[in-house]
Amino acid sequence: MDYFIKLLLSGTAKGSIYALIALGYTMVYGIVKLINFAHGEVYMIGGFTALIVGGFLSTLGMSIPVVLLFSILASIIYSSAFGFTIERLAYRPLRNKSRLSALISAIGISMILQNFIMLAQTEKYLPFPSYLPDLPFLQPVREYINSTQFIILITTSFIMIILTIIIKFTRIGKAMRATSQDKQMAQLVGVNINQVISVTFVIGSSLAAIGGVLICSYMGQINYYIGFVAGIKAFVAAVLGGIGSIPGAVLGSFILGWTESLGTGFISSDYEDAYAFIILILILILKPDGILGKNQKQKV
Amino acid sequence: MNRKNQKSELIASLVSTIWFVILLFPFLVMKVNVTGGKAVVIFRWSYLPVIAISIFVLSFLWRRALEWNQHRGDKTPVRTPLSGIRDFIITALRRKPIKLGVMALLLLIVLAYPYVLGMYHTNIMITALIYVMLALGLNIVVGLGGLLNLGYAAFFAVGAYTYGLLWKYAGPAFISAGIDTGWLFWIALPSAGVIAVIFGILLSLPVLRLRGDYLAIITLAFGEMFRMVLQNSGPVTGGATGISLIPRPWLFGIRLPPRQAATYIYYIAIILVIFTIFVVRRIEDSRVGRALEAMREDEVACEAMGVDLVRNKMATFALGAFWAGIAGVLLAAQTTYINPDSFTLWESIMVLMAIVIGGTGSIPGAIGGALILKLLPEYFRPLAQYRMLIYGIAMIIIIIFKPDGLIPRNRKRYTFVEKSASDSVPGVQK
Repeated sequence: MDYFIKLLLSGTAKGSIYALIALGYTMVYGIVKLINFAHGEVYMIGGFTALIVGGFLSTLGMSIPVVLLFSILASIIYSSAFGFTIERLAYRPLRNKSRLSALISAIGISMILQNFIMLAQTEKYLPFPSYLPDLPFLQPVREYINSTQFIILITTSFIMIILTIIIKFTRIGKAMRATSQDKQMAQLVGVNINQVISVTFVIGSSLAAIGGVLICSYMGQINYYIGFVAGIKAFVAAVLGGIGSIPGAVLGSFILGWTESLGTGFISSDYEDAYAFIILILILILKPDGILGKNQKQKV
Repeated sequence: MNRKNQKSELIASLVSTIWFVILLFPFLVMKVNVTGGKAVVIFRWSYLPVIAISIFVLSFLWRRALEWNQHRGDKTPVRTPLSGIRDFIITALRRKPIKLGVMALLLLIVLAYPYVLGMYHTNIMITALIYVMLALGLNIVVGLGGLLNLGYAAFFAVGAYTYGLLWKYAGPAFISAGIDTGWLFWIALPSAGVIAVIFGILLSLPVLRLRGDYLAIITLAFGEMFRMVLQNSGPVTGGATGISLIPRPWLFGIRLPPRQAATYIYYIAIILVIFTIFVVRRIEDSRVGRALEAMREDEVACEAMGVDLVRNKMATFALGAFWAGIAGVLLAAQTTYINPDSFTLWESIMVLMAIVIGGTGSIPGAIGGALILKLLPEYFRPLAQYRMLIYGIAMIIIIIFKPDGLIPRNRKRYTFVEKSASDSVPGVQK
């Protein structure tokens, strides 16, 4: 039972990081109907920014909390800037074209960013310093949850709440919901589509950046290739929950995290990545639109 | 361009220069080195002016190009000497003797290729031809049927492993019976096609209800799972190390040295590609092909017209899988070594890119796209580690300026042609 709880908690931590990335996928998909293959790369950029800025600041001799704060801030700013630029350069010219073209453009961006980081930085795995503090009050429950996992959980829940508030109660959130329902109609009632799409990319990328910093601290290493696998996993999570649905992405991510951690713990670690796909196939066969996806009736 | 325009152009370029310099600064100018567990940041200031100047120039060119692209369709085509030559060629090609002559010349070039360019280029060409077959097969699924399949590499793997496993388990029996193992290739070729078709139908069953991106992700999942199964069932498939020393096909019992074997495989590949083109063209014009196109355009309307969607989707997957299976056998025969790493998601994505870059649904497009995608990186080799970066940039430029692909599909149009004054007969115009 102890073992089970342990696995469940580590699955929850894993799932909350998937959620941070999956949210960006699902938001972009909900608004522009694009599978943003480059989203995983934005997350990798976030991790690298934190590593570089953090490394620079610690050589200046700043204290760890300051370094942590500034590196997270820098990684959010840079990831958002990258997300914004990618949309402007590679997706906007293709907005009214076939969706396959935009998909290829996204794959191209993903290749460019991976190779850019590989060439400009390094192709080796770099150790990622753990800036996250060790929380003393977690000492009694140490075997179940460590402080990195705890911080991940708290941060993710906090971000979910903020995101829900933004989408439900602010002006831009309303515009986003309108755009995702009907782009043309939203434009007719005065929503600035370009602005909404840019904001979506910025929010999605900031979430990915936070996810990047958290997961790199959790894993303790970083590499130019981490974005690809994480991106695929997050995409699976978003589809599981019903792509385009925000609570769906969160639910899908947790299911994915639990499945992976229980699967590797109880069955075998050879197939770690396969559990994600098995649960995906099972759920999509039973519910073709994902768990919380709208069952879209076809209209003629 | 007037003065005011010039000034705003300059400002726009400056703004994007500053934006990109700030954006790229931590990655290009700063570099982390980890020595002894401590991160050390080095600054490469010499990069800064280079980046700034090149971005300034590039951003100017990029905006010019976008503008040109937007207004490309506006103007009436200007008659230049070049367009005159093009028109001349097009009209000349319509005439039968010239068309036949060009085809014969093309055939001659294709046939002479291995003798003129040697083994290295022949081997590259074989790989490209394998991709042409894959692209033509996937083109049936994505281009005609409109079903986005991201697990296509699995069928490719089915083909390669059919040959590999046949060699691994039937090879010793062949040798002890004194039968030439070169025959295994010819047994594997049709059986790989059939087995891939069976896999295609099996895959199509659970995904019949799914559409669009859900279909894409579930095919991706199946493809990746298939690869993991290959990787983790070591005793049967050789696991991550795969199967090696697969025999090349032999010519009437004669064992060919590698050089001639490459030429021989090249000719087999050419024949198979021509056969594929022939069949795919026939499929496109057939009842099944038209049903697939209707399905891509509108599933509900298509069903209302009496098209059996279930059967058609199964047919699409089966047809697509068939060519991947055959291509897989060729790959195994050419490289004589297969392992699960040759069939990753990237492989499926590459084939998909080939058909989208070429022009979704167009046969010449699929051929051209596959050749470009496979040959370009080979000839980019002198650029060493920059090649994938340039490759990605090239993809984006092509797709932004030619969103419908390099050779877009020419849809068949049915128009009335006035035969005589009294009666009009419907005619077909391509």
